[in-house]
Order: sequence, then C-alpha cells, then structure tokens
Amino acid sequence: MGAGNKPDKSLVVIGHGPAAHRLVEALRARDTAGAWTVTVIGEETRTAYDRVALTTYLEGADLAYPPHGPEVTVHNGERAAAIDRAARTVTTSSGRVVRYDALVLATGSAPFVPPVEGRDLPGVFVYRTIDDLDAIRDYADGRETGAVVGGGLLGLEAARALQGLGLRSGVVEVAPWLMPRQLDEGGGAMLRRHIEDLGMAVHAGTPMSRLEAGEDGAVARVVMADGTDIGAEVVVFSAGIRPRDELARDCGLPVGERGGIVVDEACRTADPAIWAIGECALIGGAVYGLVGPCFSMAEVVADRLLAEAAGGSSTAVFEGADLSTKLKLMGVDVASFGDPFAGPEQGALGVTYTDPVAGIYKRLLVSDDAKTLLGGVLVGDAESYGTLRAYVGGSLPGPPEQMLFGGTEAAGGDLPGATVICSCNNVSAESIRCSIADHSLTDVPAVKDCTRAGTSCGSCVPLVKKLLDAELTAAGIEVSKAICEHFAYSRAELFDIVRVRGITSFTQLVEQHGTGRGCDICKPVVASILASLGNGHILEGEQAALQDTNDHFLANLQKNGTYSVVPRIPGGEITPDRLIVIGEVARDFGLYTKITGGQRIDLFGARVEQLPEIWKRLVDAGFESGHAYGKSLRTVKSCVGSTWCRFGVQDSVGMAIRLELRYRGLRAPHKLKSAVSGCARECAEAQSKDFGIIATEKGWNLYLAGNGGMRPRHADLFATDLTDDELIRYIDRFLMFYIRTADRLQRTASWLESLEGGLDYLREVIVDDSLGICAELDAAMERHVAAYSDEWGDTLADPDRLSRFVSFVNAPQEPDPSIGFAIEREQIKPLPLEVIK
Amino acid sequence: MTTTPEATLVRDAASPAREARWFDVCAYDDLIPERGACAMVEGTQVALFRAFDGALYALANLDPFSGAHVLSRGILGTRGGAPTVASPMYKQVFDLRTGTCLDDPRVAVPTHLIRRTAGDRVEVALSDGHGQ
Repeated sequence: MGAGNKPDKSLVVIGHGPAAHRLVEALRARDTAGAWTVTVIGEETRTAYDRVALTTYLEGADLAYPPHGPEVTVHNGERAAAIDRAARTVTTSSGRVVRYDALVLATGSAPFVPPVEGRDLPGVFVYRTIDDLDAIRDYADGRETGAVVGGGLLGLEAARALQGLGLRSGVVEVAPWLMPRQLDEGGGAMLRRHIEDLGMAVHAGTPMSRLEAGEDGAVARVVMADGTDIGAEVVVFSAGIRPRDELARDCGLPVGERGGIVVDEACRTADPAIWAIGECALIGGAVYGLVGPCFSMAEVVADRLLAEAAGGSSTAVFEGADLSTKLKLMGVDVASFGDPFAGPEQGALGVTYTDPVAGIYKRLLVSDDAKTLLGGVLVGDAESYGTLRAYVGGSLPGPPEQMLFGGTEAAGGDLPGATVICSCNNVSAESIRCSIADHSLTDVPAVKDCTRAGTSCGSCVPLVKKLLDAELTAAGIEVSKAICEHFAYSRAELFDIVRVRGITSFTQLVEQHGTGRGCDICKPVVASILASLGNGHILEGEQAALQDTNDHFLANLQKNGTYSVVPRIPGGEITPDRLIVIGEVARDFGLYTKITGGQRIDLFGARVEQLPEIWKRLVDAGFESGHAYGKSLRTVKSCVGSTWCRFGVQDSVGMAIRLELRYRGLRAPHKLKSAVSGCARECAEAQSKDFGIIATEKGWNLYLAGNGGMRPRHADLFATDLTDDELIRYIDRFLMFYIRTADRLQRTASWLESLEGGLDYLREVIVDDSLGICAELDAAMERHVAAYSDEWGDTLADPDRLSRFVSFVNAPQEPDPSIGFAIEREQIKPLPLEVIK
Repeated sequence: MTTTPEATLVRDAASPAREARWFDVCAYDDLIPERGACAMVEGTQVALFRAFDGALYALANLDPFSGAHVLSRGILGTRGGAPTVASPMYKQVFDLRTGTCLDDPRVAVPTHLIRRTAGDRVEVALSDGHGQ
C-alpha cells in the first residue's frame, strides 16, 4: 500500500534491456514511499544486461546488470502479446494478464536484414543478443571464414567477434568508407588501414547482391554487385536497426513512417497512460541507437511518473542527445564528437592532422573565426576526446592546431557548467561540481557513485578527476595525499621512498621523512611496506612495535579480547588426518569452530597465552599460518576441477594450491583473495576475487580486481587462454604493481578504478611493459617466494618472541579472568560486555 | 602518570596525601619499546606502556568502547605532541599521560602511577578507587 493507504499504482514495463533497467532503477531509487508497484515483462530469457559490451561476452565477460530489488516483479522469457488500452491491461504470450496505471514500452529494436537472396540460409546471423552470440559461437566451431555485412560501429564489433572465434573475416560496407555515420572520409580511410593491418578484408563502396550456398546448403559466400565474391561460411548482418513498434501499432498508437513509436518530448505516446523509451521510440523525429540517449529518456519518464504519483507535475523533457562516441575497436581508438560533418555551409573550417606512419588521423571543425569548436573526428589517438567533446559549442582555450597536438589539458575549472561531461549518463559539469560541494566528495570513486558520471563507458573519468581537483583546489582543500599527520606522503610515495632509499626501519623513515612517532595509521602501513620488500619476520626487532594487534599476536582479535586461529588449507584441500587434528585441537582448547567462506576452518575463543600451545599442535601436524590476521593473501579457493568433476577442463585444485603457496605471506595494502574455477560454470566464484582464474579448454582466463563485501564488483577479464607460466607471470606483476602503487587499505577493485586508463593501462604495464618495470616486479616476487618462511613455525622456535604471548607480564600462566563464555548450539560464545555509548 | 627514565616520581595531584603502595610487576627490559603489556595488580588489570623515548605510562587495561581488556595491545604513537595509544578494537586514541580519549573528550580511562627503579624493575601503584 502506498502513502495514505491508497492502493499502489501499477507500472508495467515491456522490455528488459538497458533503457528498461535504468528506468526501474531510477524509479526505485527515488520512490521511497513505494507509490509504484513495478512489473517488467521481457522476452529474453535473461534479465537486463549491458548490450554495449556485447562483444566481450565471447571473451567470457559477465554482462548482467545488477538485479532489481525483490519488490520488482520480473517476468523473463515472456513476450507481451497485446495491449488493451481501454481495460489498461497487457496480455503476455503465456496468457498472463497484467493491469497497469502506467505502461512503458521499452521494446528496443531488431536488426535490419535487407531483403537479399540467401538471407535465410543456415549460417546467416544477426548481432544483438547474447542468444545471437551463443548461436554464432556454436555455429562457427570448425568453420574458417566469416563476413559482416555493415561497416558501422556494431558491424566492426561483430567482425572483431568473428575474428576472436578464429574465423578469417571481412567487412562489407555499401558506403565508400567505414563507420560512415560517425567518421568523415579521411577518418574512415585511416580506420580501414588499421583494420586491414589486423588481417581483415574491407570491402567498402560496393553493395552486396546476394548470399550463395555451398554444397551443404549452408551459406558459403557473399556475392557483390560487381560480380566479385567473398568466401564466408558465417555471415552476420549488421546493417542498421528497426524499432520494435509492433505492439504499439496493434493497439492503434501512432508510429513513424519508417518505424518508431511517436512520443512527445516527455516520451509520452498519444495515450497519456503509455510511454515509450529507448530504441523503439521516435522522439523529435529521430530514433536513437546509443545507450546515452536511451538512459536520458528513462530518467525523464522516471521523473514524470514519480511526480504523477505524488500528485504534482514534472517538467522533465528529453533535450536531444549528444551523439559523440569513443570506442576502442580492435585496439584502435576511434572517436567522433559534436557534428563531425559540419561543412562550409555552416561556416565551418576544418583543421586536419594526419600521421600515416603512426596511423593517426585527427580533424577538428571550428567556426570561421576559429574560436568555437563544432565537432571532430579522431582515429588512432583519441586521448584528447574527453576534453575536446567538452568544448563542443563553447569557445576553445587556444588555437585549434594546438588542440590537435595534445595542448588540450583542460583545467577542469574552465569548463562551462552546461557542458556535458558524461554523455552516457547525461551528467553536466555543473551537476558534478554541485555534488562535490554538497556531499563533500574528495575522490573519483565517490563522484562516480554520487553522480553516475563515468560509470558506463568510462571515457570521461580523466575529465571528472580534473573537475574534482579543480573544485577541491578552489575550495581551498589541498588535495592531500598524506596518510596521517606523521607523513606528508601517500602510501605509494612512502613505498618508493623506502624502496629507493633502502630504508629498513620505521625510526629511519620517520626521522628522515616524517614527524612525531607515528600512529595506528602509519605504523601498520610502514610495517606492510617493509614486509612487502622482504625485511624478515614481522616481529623482528623494531618491526614488532609497528604491527596491529592481529599481526602482533599472529591471530585475529575478536570482540571480547580473545583471538581466532586459521591454519592454512591451500586450495581448500585437506587430508582426513589433518582434519582430525584441527578437530582435536579445537576440542582440547574448547574453541568455537566455524567453516569460513574461503574453504578454511576458523577456531575462535583462544586466549593470548593459549596461542603458542595451539600452534605447537598445529605446526607439529604440518600446518602453517593462514595469515588470516594479515593484510596479505588469505586463500585461493577452488572447485574440485577436472580430477573429479565431469565438467572440469583443468586441474583447478592443483593450480589453486600452486598459487596459494606462491603468494602466501605476501603483505599488501589490503587483504587479497583469489579463486580458481575448473570450468566456465565458475563454482569457485573467481569473478568476485582480487585475482580470479577460470579454466578454458586451452588454458586459463585471468580476471582481475573483483570484490565481494560492501561494494561488490565483478572482476574484469584481463587475459584469455593463458598457459600456467603466463598466468603466474601476469599475477606476479599485477600483485607487485598493486602493492607498490595502491593507497592504504585500498582493495584492488577501487585501485583499478582509480588508475587513469583503467584496465587498458594495466594491460600495457603488465603485458607490454610500458613502464619498463616488469623485470623489477618479477624479481621482487621471486625474492618474496624465495624468502617465505612460516611465521608461526619461526615464532615457536624463538623463546624471546614466545615470551610475549601472555595475558599478564607479572603472571604468565594466569588466564584473563574477565573473559567468560556462554554455550550456544553446543559451542562457546562470548558473554556480552558492558560498553559506554 | 609519567616518570622519566631516571625514575623521578611525579605524584598524582588527586591523591597527594596517601603514600602510594608500589607493586613490582616486571623487569624494564620485559617491556618492548613502543609497545604495551598488561599486569594484574591486586585484581586490577593495568596496561603498561614503554614509549619510544623510554618513558613509562600506565592506564587501565579496560577499553571503555568495547568493554574488553585490551588497551595494552594497542599501537603507540603521538598526536600533536601527545604520546598516545590506539585501542586495538575500534581504534579510539587515548593520551597516555592523562587517559583522555582524544577522539571523544567526554571519555577518559583511569591512569595509574608507574616508575622504573634503580634495579631496572618496573613498579605500579594503583590510583584511588582501583584496587587497594
């Protein structure tokens, strides 16, 4: 029930693509009173996913959007069959009838397949859904050639996908050059050179005439209008889209001559209870196929619906769209922005820069006084895209030729407020500035969270950072990286100081580079840095004084002052005998026992003076420290893998053990988790780990920077089909680069998000050695592996260190009498303690 | 309360009249520089700290924010010029000289007297209301 006990209003959304998903999320986020009950009907069997990233699906990426909350009803795999506008109901393919107060059509579009001979032959596909990609992948297996009809943005993506499936592939484009809707002729020509360099054939300027079958009755070649032909056992059509407007037609709503449901600037159809958003909508005479405008429409309708439910009115309208695009096609940067086709009739002048050696083409279009940027095209180097796009329609800060040569550093503070910074989510410079001020934001992830800027394609993130820095500086907030009052440096800077100057103690560091005597912030940081650089046992000499209590007692402090103990169980593999030892130890010391999420066993309730006795038993049975107490590698979880599993394709347990033994004890800015799955079913949940590995038929796929916890993040696919050695080399470098450069307590997920250049940059560093540091990183990891020694084994062998494990320095044998337990489900639990509020 | 390494007793202003009753708790060298330890004195848990400069401090071991007896296991340091310990549980910082919580000035933990003897022993005397 909604506010005032009036019945809730029912919103029905037909379609579950990106636009529908955004609408529901935007509505839910702001409809705190629960005025709308939402039902989504989607014909695809899966819930909404990121269609923009479709091609990465074949590389193993998970495209699913986060699911809606439980209060949203989603019927997937069900097609909306009819709309009864008089009764306000939708009937689905399964006979379900859903009543609506408001109906939103987000039915998207269908790929356009021109009416050519042979279009229905086996082996002919379109490229829009995950199901399409599954079908293409299955069909391509064992075949050798492919062709894509359509050389637009999506067509080139499809060609890349075919090449990724091992097909020799070509692109057929009727226009004289590639990407004719975004690029001018010079840009198209430069892109063509890049694509041909990648081994793909480009046929532009000639229409195709028909598809011909081979002896097996399946498609075998594309025949061109000039009589030539191209061998292709797999053909993908990507020749434009047609709005899915059939439901609207059938219920008498006006549609455009060339398709598209006619809506006004508020996205409302001729029926005030029915709206249309996304690629099915004809708005201002245009159908938009980019995700940015589709999101904008979703936001407009969410705003209108919320106002309506609250009895008010909204003036939100769709204000047209910025069709600027930047993408990386097969490793080639391609971007267009503003009006890339402005000509002399608009009084436009062009400034062009071409570097045929490096494969760079840049063209800017400016007003005839050379002061205003109208648009442009970038191929081969699109680094200045974010800045240039922001200047479209505004006055340039310098002469246009200077802008071409990278003298384009936007100060951030100079950009006009109305400038759209993030075109995917339609976020202006002004709204970013306001969010920074209103919510006292101080870092880029917080700005992304708060404004959504930079959360889709990410190309505007460098610009967001500049805006943030400019705002903070203007507000007199020094963009301070100092970790605490004792050091004016960031963790990464401290790491370099310690490494380069060969510093081996906190005293040396704080006396030469800091002030005071440190605190609970900087001391553990320095302890971790010293440990990462290999300075012996963490309780050695002065290092002992730097450790947090967990590291100091090599156990995890619990709420009542007792500690928990986690022996290492590499890969989660354990013999019955060792399992029995753990059970006996827990029983003999009266410890609470629980299985962890990382396939280990945690023993709770140990007093300080019990820790050495407990560990003596464990070490004697062959166990070693699990480092559950450290900011270090915790566990490498695994599924049972190909040894036992009917579906496994690699030995995931063996690899997990190998990785866990390699990285055990490695101190890092935060804890590290990992997992290895033996096949694509992903039972080990590797994509939620700092580094996750999923077996393929040919080797291993490596995923980086995932996270569970408070802000879950799916790991990014970093590299595919790696050999064992390649896998380990990349992980070595990833970990060491992270350890060197991350902030204090920064997990790999937010570290990667804060890296300018993101995943591509990380690949350049780790795979291409763009910084020239790989040899150093490799050597650092080799030193770690060689120097590893079990911290508990070493501690037991050292009477001096053991003497610290007492509750009372003046009564070493005496247990702490303040610690007491109750019994719950046959095990101990801490007694409640009295605390001040 | 503080003593210098030369073991000059600074008397607690709040209890001037009564002669302090000292308890031997450990050798000075049993205390790790810049760390704490706990002593049981007449049924009271006393957190002992040996600061970087060698100075000794004693606070109650009970962390008022968690209710657990853990202050002796915190990390020592400085804030401004003040010597501090941070509770290992929820990281509130206390001034070692006064017991005042620097993150929440309404809260203070009791302080005790501590000294280093000529024989390099450490002795503690409980302040009023704690133990004897």
